[in-house]
Parts: sequence; C-alpha cells; structure tokens
Amino acid sequence: MTSQYVDRLSRTDRDMILTLVPEGSRVLDLGCGDCGLLRELIDKKNIRGTGVDIDGMQLVEGLADGLDVFQGDLDEGLADFPDDAFDCVILNQTLQVVKNPLLVLNEMLRIGRYGIVGFPNFAQWQLRRRLFFGGRAPKSRALPFEWYDTPNIRVLSIKDFFDYCRLNRIRIVHRRHLICGRWVRSPLWSSAVNMLAHIGLYVVTRK
Amino acid sequence: MDRNSVGRVTPATFTFGDGDDPLTLESGHTLGPVDIVYETYGEPNADRSNAILICHALSGDHHAAGVHDVHDRYTGWWDGMIGPGKGFDTRRYWVICSNIIGGCKGSTGPASINAETGRPYGLDFPMVTIGDMVTAQKKLVDHLGISRLYCVAGGSMGGFQVLEWSLRYPQMVRSAISIASAARLSTQAIAFNAVGRSAITRDPEWQGGRYNGNSPGPEKGLAIARMVGHITYLSELLLDAKFGRRLQSANRLRYNFSNEFAIESYLEYKGSAFTKRFDANSYLYITKAMDYFDIPRSYGPLKEAFARARARYLFVSYSTDWLFPTAQTREMVRALLSNGKSVSFIDIDSPYGHDAFLVEEEKLTRIIAGFLEGVGKGAAS
Repeated sequence: MTSQYVDRLSRTDRDMILTLVPEGSRVLDLGCGDCGLLRELIDKKNIRGTGVDIDGMQLVEGLADGLDVFQGDLDEGLADFPDDAFDCVILNQTLQVVKNPLLVLNEMLRIGRYGIVGFPNFAQWQLRRRLFFGGRAPKSRALPFEWYDTPNIRVLSIKDFFDYCRLNRIRIVHRRHLICGRWVRSPLWSSAVNMLAHIGLYVVTRK
Repeated sequence: MDRNSVGRVTPATFTFGDGDDPLTLESGHTLGPVDIVYETYGEPNADRSNAILICHALSGDHHAAGVHDVHDRYTGWWDGMIGPGKGFDTRRYWVICSNIIGGCKGSTGPASINAETGRPYGLDFPMVTIGDMVTAQKKLVDHLGISRLYCVAGGSMGGFQVLEWSLRYPQMVRSAISIASAARLSTQAIAFNAVGRSAITRDPEWQGGRYNGNSPGPEKGLAIARMVGHITYLSELLLDAKFGRRLQSANRLRYNFSNEFAIESYLEYKGSAFTKRFDANSYLYITKAMDYFDIPRSYGPLKEAFARARARYLFVSYSTDWLFPTAQTREMVRALLSNGKSVSFIDIDSPYGHDAFLVEEEKLTRIIAGFLEGVGKGAAS
C-alpha cells in the first residue's frame, strides 16, 4: 500500500515534468533507472534523450527504445559530457541519494542550459510533527523508510534549497510544489511552502 | 543440437584483386589475388539493409556460429550470441562473419601460396593493418550487394575493425558495437605482444618464417606466446578463484621443475592446444597489426577523429579487463559526446577480465538485442 502511494507520487512527478520540458529539446536524465521518463518524453514531447544511471543493466530498456544511455556514477561527476550539451538536465528524486550533491548540481548546470530538480521536502509539517512529538526520525507515506535502510542520505528542505540557489547564483525559473496531492504554482510565502509541500520541483538555470 | 542454433553452415570464399587490380595496402605494398573466407547466417531482406558484419578477434575466424558438420564437437566462437532469438537474432538480421586477411583460416595470409613463387609467402607476405583488413572486408560487403551495414560489431581486435569501419566508411555504417576495445593498444598490451612474438622468432624451428610445409614450425614459441596472451585475457580475481595455489596432482611439493601448480598445467594445455589450430607467422602479423592500430595517428586526436562518424555507437567494457581497460573505452565515448554524436556506454561488472566478451553472454545478449532494436527506432539514424 505504501509502495502504491509512492508510485502514485512518482507518477505525479512525471506528469509535472512532462509539462515542464520543452517540445523537441535535448534532454539528459540523471539517475534515469529504466529510462521510463525519457520514453514518455519521446512519445509526448518528441525530445532527443540520453539516460544516465549507475546500474547498466537497467539501461537496456532505454537502448531498445532508441535512446542513448551512459552508465556512470553521478558522485564521480560527468566529465565525459561537454558543456551545454543539453537543453534540459533532469535530476528527479536523485539529489537526496547522492554523496556529492553539490558536484551533481554543478555538473547538471554545466551540461544543461536548464536543470529540473525534484526532491522530497524533509521539513514538511507531518515529518516535523513526528520528529517533535514522536521523537523519531522523519517517516511518512511519501518517505516510508527506516533510518537504517533509507536511500535518502541528504536531508534537505525547500528553504535549504532556496538558500543554496541564492548563494550559488542559481536562478529558479519555475517552481512547483506538491501540497496535499496537488501541484501548486502560486508563489506562496516560502515558510508556508516549506511547511506544506511534500515535494519541490524546480526549473533552474545559471544566473 | 541447440534449438536456437543456426545449424549447419558452409563457408564461402570470395576472391578479388586478380592480375592488374591488386589490393593496395597502407604500407604501400600490394597484395593479390586475395581470398576472403566468410560465413553468413540468416537471410538478407529485399534491400539488404539488415546486414550485420561481425569482426573477429586475434584467434577467431569466420566460423562464428553453428557447426560445419553435424558431428562437430565445437560450435562457432560466438554461437551463444548469434542465432534465432539470440543477441544477433538471425530471424531478423543477416549476419556475416569474414576471416581477416593475414589470418590462417582460409583468407589470404602468410601461409597462403604466393602466386609469383608458387610457395607459401612466409615473411614475404606484406604487413597488413587493421585498415587493410577493413578495406578487404569492404570489397566483400560490396560484392554481397550491401550499400549500408545495419551494424558492425566485434570485441577486442574485432572492436578495432568496428572502429576503423566507422571512420573509414562512415556512410556505410548505421551502427557500431565495440566491445572490450580501444582506440589503440596500451603500452602494456604492446609489451605483451612483443614477448609473444619474441617467443616465436627465437624458436629455432621458426627458421626466419620459412618453416611452412616440411616442419611442424615453431610450436614451442607459439605455445609460449599463447600462454602469455592467455594470462592477459583473464583477471587476477578469476585466476585466484579458478586455480589459486592449488597443486595439479599430489598434495606434496615435488621440489623439481615439473608443472606442479594447476595454473601451470592449464597454461601449458592452452598453449599447446593453440598450436594445433593457429599458424605462428599469422600470429606475428596479426599482433603487429594490433600494435600498429592507432586512431589518433590515422585520424587525428580522438575528438577530431570521431567528428566524421555517422554511426550510432554502443561501447561495452568490462570492469576487470586490464588489457583493454574501461578508461580506454571512455576516452572514445567522451570524444563522441563532445561531438554531439549518438553514443551509448555500458560497463559490465564481471570477474572474467578481457575474456568476458566471450563468456558473459547473458548480459551481452540483452544489451545487444536492445541496442539493435533501438537502432531501428532512433531518430538520429
């Protein structure tokens, strides 16, 4: 049941990303898994796609769809890719699982003109409540892991991300927040968003 | 017989370069007439656009799949990859494998009869390069009425030919699969080849390369060359797991120079088995061709070299391959990426070292079948 909920969330992510990627663009998906998102982008947005993942055998699905695939470890950087090679680099639900998130973000914006970053907001009020009243590490329907088996080794909030962008001269072009199962684009007060949103999804670019 | 085998196959020979029109080699010498022995599996489609050329490695030949006779104990060298429903699916593709020139399995090589003298070429055989092998294959491909190959694929030295094809005849190669290969041999790999050649040329039976006919030839030297080669094809990990420090027969040390360790007798066996099926002069010529292969030297720095490429590329490397290390594959992937070309790269986690491309068939099957499927769909082609 938990996993169904997570599946639905990732479905929601994908739908939103589909609307954010421009028609016919060159797209690189970092941590693409079986290239499912790229496949959809090809069908619906006619993009030219490349997928990167650490698990080479997962990429086979993408090969069969005519995608270019590259087995690589994001934590080692992506030095094989030249600057500005893509219109759009997607980093969805991956930032919180890498060891070197700053390297990955830098590489994303070096290789692509725009980055699409999506991550779970660890400052959402239900997680805060659990931590504050329950005295236990954050866990929710969207983050159903125990402290010892979570892949999420980088715990960040929406405010943390905004701070990072401000300090590193990254401009947020579009922002979408998943609040109560719905994508909200109205520019709410950031503390409110940080309290309410399960997921933050941003289109970013270098200033 | 395996239900998914291509079954019984008969090699064919194509001859060109007769009389006034010999093959001009990179060295400036000419060679003719030239025989090329090849096999085909599957059927061509109406416009012959489903042809896949398989390029073999140092000790391989044209017999890539199936058997020559129903009683054959062994199948072709890549039988696990080529056949109905296999990685190179012969229900869809017309697969061709030809023997390289310079080899000893039927295509013109140093053991062939020199038309001018009526005797085997021996060391009068001109030096052939990977480029020359590819030029000869091109004649065969033209002869077979193929204007563009759906794919050229090969591992190790076969990968050299794949890369050469894609740069020498870019319009003719729709996709290219390079497995456990490189843009040029590493110094270390040349060094091992040099040891192998030295073992052959220092065997008194080599007789300056004129051993053909009357004597068995430099079998000892060739066996040693193969033993050295074999070590380079395997990983340290695999040798440890397979042989360790195990003794061949007794548990007691014998304190003499017999083959006591299991690895010793294994190498000895591999070496002497090789002499039954390979010609020492061919070994010299082919390893030299490998040493000479150098994309930057022929086509300029990798980034410039691959600017001319038109194929969709797939590069596969193996995590424990130290003869053709992953880093050498990535060099080429980087060059293609920096040119904005279509390229895919997968590094297979395998304990088998360089030999993995002949051993790890299950993973390779999925990768290649997927890639070939995608080539048909890709917008880039």
